[in-house]
Amino acid sequence: MSLATEIKFTLNGRPVAVRVPVTMKTLTMLRDLLGLTGTKYACGEGECGACTVKVDGKTLNSCLMHAVDCDGREVVTIEGLKTPEGMNPMQRAFVDHGAVQCGFCMPGMIMQADYLVGENPNLTREDAQRGLEGNLCRCTGYTKVLDAVGSVVEQKCCGRC
Amino acid sequence: MEQKVATPIEKKTLIGSRVKKPDAADKATGKTRYINDMVLPQMLIGKVLFAGRPHAKIVSIDVSAAERLPGVHAVLTGKDAAGLKFGFVRDNVPLKEKVLCEHDEIAAVAADTEEIALKALELIKVEYEDLPAVFSPEAGREASAPQLRENFPDNKSLRFEFKHGDLATAEAASDFIADNIFRPHHVTHCCMGTSCAIADFDNNGKLTIWTQTQYPYNYKMDLAPALGIAPGDIRVIQPPVGGAFGSKLDVYPYEPIAALLARKTGRPVKVIYSREEEFKASPTRQAAIIHMRTGCTRDGTLTFRSADVLLDNGAYTSWGPTIPVIMMRTTSGHYRVPVVDFQAQAIYTNNPYAGSFRGYGNVQTTFATAQQMDILADQVDIDPLAFHLKNAQKSGEVTPQKSFLRECVLAECLETAARASDYSRKRAAYAAERGKPGRYKKGIGLASSIHNAGGAKIHKSDGIGTILKVDDYARVTVITGASEIGQGIDAVINLIVAEELGVPLEHITIINNDSDIAPWDVGVHASRTTFIAGNGTRRAARKAKAQILKAAEKMLGEPAAALELRGGSVVRDQCGTPLIKLDRLLRQMHFQAEPELVMVTDYYEPNSQPEGADHVSDHSAAYSHAVHIAEITVDTLTGEIKVDKITSAQDVGRVINRMGLEAQTEGGIAIGLGYALSENMQLEGGMLKNPCFRDYKLITAPEMPELEMHFIESHCAEGPYGAKGVSELPTIVIAPAIANALFNATGVRIFNPPLSPEKVARAIHETRQGGN
Ligand code: FES
Ligand code: FES
Repeated sequence: MSLATEIKFTLNGRPVAVRVPVTMKTLTMLRDLLGLTGTKYACGEGECGACTVKVDGKTLNSCLMHAVDCDGREVVTIEGLKTPEGMNPMQRAFVDHGAVQCGFCMPGMIMQADYLVGENPNLTREDAQRGLEGNLCRCTGYTKVLDAVGSVVEQKCCGRC
Repeated sequence: MEQKVATPIEKKTLIGSRVKKPDAADKATGKTRYINDMVLPQMLIGKVLFAGRPHAKIVSIDVSAAERLPGVHAVLTGKDAAGLKFGFVRDNVPLKEKVLCEHDEIAAVAADTEEIALKALELIKVEYEDLPAVFSPEAGREASAPQLRENFPDNKSLRFEFKHGDLATAEAASDFIADNIFRPHHVTHCCMGTSCAIADFDNNGKLTIWTQTQYPYNYKMDLAPALGIAPGDIRVIQPPVGGAFGSKLDVYPYEPIAALLARKTGRPVKVIYSREEEFKASPTRQAAIIHMRTGCTRDGTLTFRSADVLLDNGAYTSWGPTIPVIMMRTTSGHYRVPVVDFQAQAIYTNNPYAGSFRGYGNVQTTFATAQQMDILADQVDIDPLAFHLKNAQKSGEVTPQKSFLRECVLAECLETAARASDYSRKRAAYAAERGKPGRYKKGIGLASSIHNAGGAKIHKSDGIGTILKVDDYARVTVITGASEIGQGIDAVINLIVAEELGVPLEHITIINNDSDIAPWDVGVHASRTTFIAGNGTRRAARKAKAQILKAAEKMLGEPAAALELRGGSVVRDQCGTPLIKLDRLLRQMHFQAEPELVMVTDYYEPNSQPEGADHVSDHSAAYSHAVHIAEITVDTLTGEIKVDKITSAQDVGRVINRMGLEAQTEGGIAIGLGYALSENMQLEGGMLKNPCFRDYKLITAPEMPELEMHFIESHCAEGPYGAKGVSELPTIVIAPAIANALFNATGVRIFNPPLSPEKVARAIHETRQGGN
């Protein structure tokens, strides 16, 4: 068994303490140790975005990040986007616009889309296309994904102006 | 007492509306438990040792060190699977005693963790003696080629032929002949959820297998011989999957391997692939060499088409080498081609082997036929649109392969797409620009195809069983053989039940993931599920409705024929006045003196004809056409093609769930774009050189063009509400539309996809040099 160490961090708003092997990736920790299977493995090499999570407000591929590097940080997964009131607006938009087919890429896709709109409330369709370049989807052709993102941008603008 | 006047409930149809997928919310929140996420108590992890060489004898194999590793529970090799032959022609076994391709499964381990299993694989010592190998079908049929299989002389696998009319006469009567060799390549499905199976035997010898299969019933029959058990002793459970696209239409070795390990250990065993394993060990789209010739007269009337097809069978025979069944139909099926001469021969090689993949054979055929239509139009010197229209079939025609085109709107599809994209004007304008200087060139290209759209009776039955119950709370449960693999059949079933029984969509539950519960269905393939399961669901719902209205007639004293189910109530059909709440009626039916429950069964068999040995028959209950027009910009320096817009027009029969239909079309187009532009399995000496997404390029969001989709409604008499199957055509037509656009832009033709920048740049360069 490889060397292990205990880390403490915030996961979806709750404090966690967990002992992780130093070689373990964040994706494996989330799925195998913490039972959060919403975050997906589809390549393990940073090439598909299925494993996207937010760490300290920025999205990254959890299959590349070592679990020990979560220590002291704030991690949000797809399970953490939902509020007690229900789905967050991006999740809702994906459902309403028919953007979900097999859905396997969607946790990563939604995390990234939510991040993009959070960063840039005036996100254009082209911005969204570029921002989602690292998230592969085999089912949808991205069209409805982009429709969904666009609808959230519109809602945001209306709410704020 | 004050009399409350009930507000009438209006008649509203859901057909053609936008209905959400019932599984979408759980998928969008990470709640869905895919098979990849499943963990069972006591579960072991299975890992497979692959040969990593294309053709070899196994001189010795030593697993003793692996067996001794703590945490290892079983190690299996080819000896443990000897004689367990499975596959289309029984030429495969779960674990091999001889290597025939890179991903041949040599040994398998079940261990407490993946880490231990991988360690154990490293401890297995295999001594190989490499053998001369075959890497192309041309090489495979050479007299000097090594013979790969004892019972298959000259490495010949399956063969198909179809002849109609006299070829020599037709050729002589032709003023123009297009004659080209097309080389459709190896691509693979790239399901985002990698392949996975979990197997568990009970102590009565019955196997439960959690699998990604998209054909649960015939799957039992195909899996059984790989384990030496009876099909009836297999229970198939289908958890949610991360895509399938045809890749799960056969049994692949990891599935029996999981089961063999489970049997050996007495514990559940999960085998799951890494992405690299997925790339190497998954089926491919069938690669082929198509020598096609098409003739026409000076006035643009087609005279004949011949196709001589050589298929790279790969090491084993799955669905791939059977694609000529569809190729021979689509070779001439959708334009009026009076004389057809088709032959296809599959040759065993040491390459990865092909399975079925969305578009099944027709992607390859249409890449050839649709380019030849363009080539001939150019030779005759007429607008390709006019050429297509001149030869387009009409309703009521029967193709030489006996496909009866009951409702055919090919001409309307052509005209709609051409009008919407301003095809003819743009094509002429871009062609005029072709020879002029300038780095970026625009092009527009048209392609069309036909596909079965009402199932395909390749088995004796193409039917589906449905069980439907309506409980005391007016909640409906549909138990159906139709599998949900992400494509959206659950939304279609919900829509149809709500349409027929007037209940809210949220009050419907679908059970379609357990072969011990749900009745027979052939599987998700051949663009059949909306058509077949849609009909099955509608028939079952109508039976339930008849029973309910009959009871209402007895209770309310109004004739059943004047009653309807709407908004959760029984209403007068004419005026919509509600008479009784449906749940109340159902409880009264249940608790009356002669109690009855509403639970009906239905078996629907489409009116198509089984294929005979020659595969010629009216094998589908419907056929449909699609036309794609691609607009592109070519960078003549780098060879890069940017697809600006796709305009599609497809005969969908009738729109059922508009949102799902759009989604299927968009997704199909994306797969077609990848095939056309970037996806390519780089095989060198039978070894895959690019088993990762960095080097195997799928279409990404920025590359997705603008889409304008036109759904033409031909109102299919046999289809549910007039609908036809839709999912494959969008993938089929896209590559040749782009290839034709490339010609329009640059005068260059590419016959071996993908139309990658290097190939395009080289071809442009060569043409220019040739021109100088
Ligand atoms: S699984 Fe992390 S990027 Fe693909
Ligand atoms: S929805 Fe299936 S991979 Fe994106």
